[in-house]
Amino acid sequence: MKILTLTLTLFLLTHSAVAQDAADALRSSMADKNFVTLERIDRDALQELCSKPRTAAIDPEAAASIRQAALESVPEPGNADYLGDWARGEAIASNGRGLQYSDNPDQANGGNCYACHQLDPDELAYGTLGPSLAGYGARGQSPAMLQYTWAKLWNTHAYNVCSHMPRFGAAGILTEQQLRDVMAFLFAPESPVNRNLTP
Amino acid sequence: MRRFSNTILTGLPMLLWALSALADTDGVFDEYRAMFGDENPAIFVIDEGEELWLTAAGPKAVTLENCDLGLGPGVVEGAYAQLPRYFQDAQRVQDLESRLEYCMIHLQGRSAADIHARPYSLRGDLGTEMEALVAWIAEQSRGLPIAPGQAHVQERNAYALGESLFYYRAGPHDFSCATCHGQSGKRIRLQALPDLTGHDGAAEAYSSWPAYRISQGLVRTMGWRMRDCFRQQRMPELIMGSEASVALQTYLAVNAAGAAMAAPGLKR
Ligand code: HEC
Ligand code: HEC
Repeated sequence: MKILTLTLTLFLLTHSAVAQDAADALRSSMADKNFVTLERIDRDALQELCSKPRTAAIDPEAAASIRQAALESVPEPGNADYLGDWARGEAIASNGRGLQYSDNPDQANGGNCYACHQLDPDELAYGTLGPSLAGYGARGQSPAMLQYTWAKLWNTHAYNVCSHMPRFGAAGILTEQQLRDVMAFLFAPESPVNRNLTP
Repeated sequence: MRRFSNTILTGLPMLLWALSALADTDGVFDEYRAMFGDENPAIFVIDEGEELWLTAAGPKAVTLENCDLGLGPGVVEGAYAQLPRYFQDAQRVQDLESRLEYCMIHLQGRSAADIHARPYSLRGDLGTEMEALVAWIAEQSRGLPIAPGQAHVQERNAYALGESLFYYRAGPHDFSCATCHGQSGKRIRLQALPDLTGHDGAAEAYSSWPAYRISQGLVRTMGWRMRDCFRQQRMPELIMGSEASVALQTYLAVNAAGAAMAAPGLKR
């Protein structure tokens, strides 16, 4: 991880004149609010690499090392138990709160999956920034499928560098238990994600 | 007219605010819009803004009538549409909010701390001085083409900074403005998200702010919109009129250039 950060830092140094201005401008333009401090302006190597227009090319070597580091950093869930309680997972997927300065830091964060994905086909208030996940369980329940989805939720850049989905596990947005619950919401046959499909 | 509206001003926003509690869903928004037709409740805030412009205030007890919004002292008509721009006296690019702050400090002798104490309403407030002034001044540009300054090097630097801020990914969710506003035809839950990187999306958005927000019963400014989107981005609180706020508004205004101003708009 250290070496990766170093390589990326070297790579970014040559590209970062305006980026540095941007960080400085933000530091002088923002104020701490409740539990949210100016530290949030600081970016890690991945954030810096991905702060580019969608159409801009990403250096393939930097992307490859990000992908590798992301993949290697994904922990296995305890007892290789990927699936928790789908009903709790549904609540987490619907909850958009957490980590905004207007949120109560004593309450558990939500995953806000509905902001970007269709899930339960009967829920009409879903966003379209990400693909529909309705009927996700029908894509298969193999160990490979569970591992892929777990890693995708833990650190989306393991499969798609500069994805616009949050790193729910790696960034500490959701706990392991919450992620297991969300997994169950995606995979359990009784979950509305899979149950409510119109034939 | 102004006296009259001032007396109903105290009661009406309360009523609107009560109504607004019902208006959080889009269906109710449509009904509400049908009910009001072209009658944007911002009209009352506009009147209040004009009144505030003409009211002596601050230690120097003078009005804002000599404030130069870019077209000469006291010229309000068309001023909003040509902002943000570089001001020689302030030696920086300013949006309307930072320009008003400049005039409040330099003409009226007021302190920055005083102006920044509560520039934007909290939910349930009846509106701030800044919101009323911005509503009135923006309304005086209705129908005029958006034409922010880009001749001065600092104005072009502000655009470049705004663009890099738009793509700046940070915070626990790794969001940038582009995460939510970088593609067309997308939505978050049920709310449509304009693509602000292109002319059409930027024009529709930029021309309609400041706006009356039905769900909040208040006029909100573009500076507030920037602050609230940074909140959703899990970032710290954006300071009114700050370099980043002005740069982002410059980026949006230049992308929107040529479209006709239509503010105050009416929003969910
Ligand atoms: C800010 C928007 C956003 C949020 C919030 C979000 N996602 Fe995503 N997600 C995306 C995008 C965009 C993609 C597609 C691009 C990619 O694969 O990275 C995606 C891809 C996925 C995929 C892979 C789909 C496939 O076909 O392989 C899964 C699974 C997924 N998301 C689950 C979730 C879950 C569960 C949550 C809530 C805990 C969530 N997402 C929250 C944006 C989001
Ligand atoms: C997590 C998603 C998200 C992020 C990140 C985000 N916004 Fe927004 N933005 C929204 C939503 C949702 C709305 C619509 C709000 C509504 O309808 O109530 C919106 C509205 C806007 C509007 C008004 C559009 C209109 O037509 O009225 C502007 C302008 C805007 N955002 C700019 C920005 C800028 C600049 C940034 C970066 C500093 C940003 N947004 C970051 C979600 C986001």
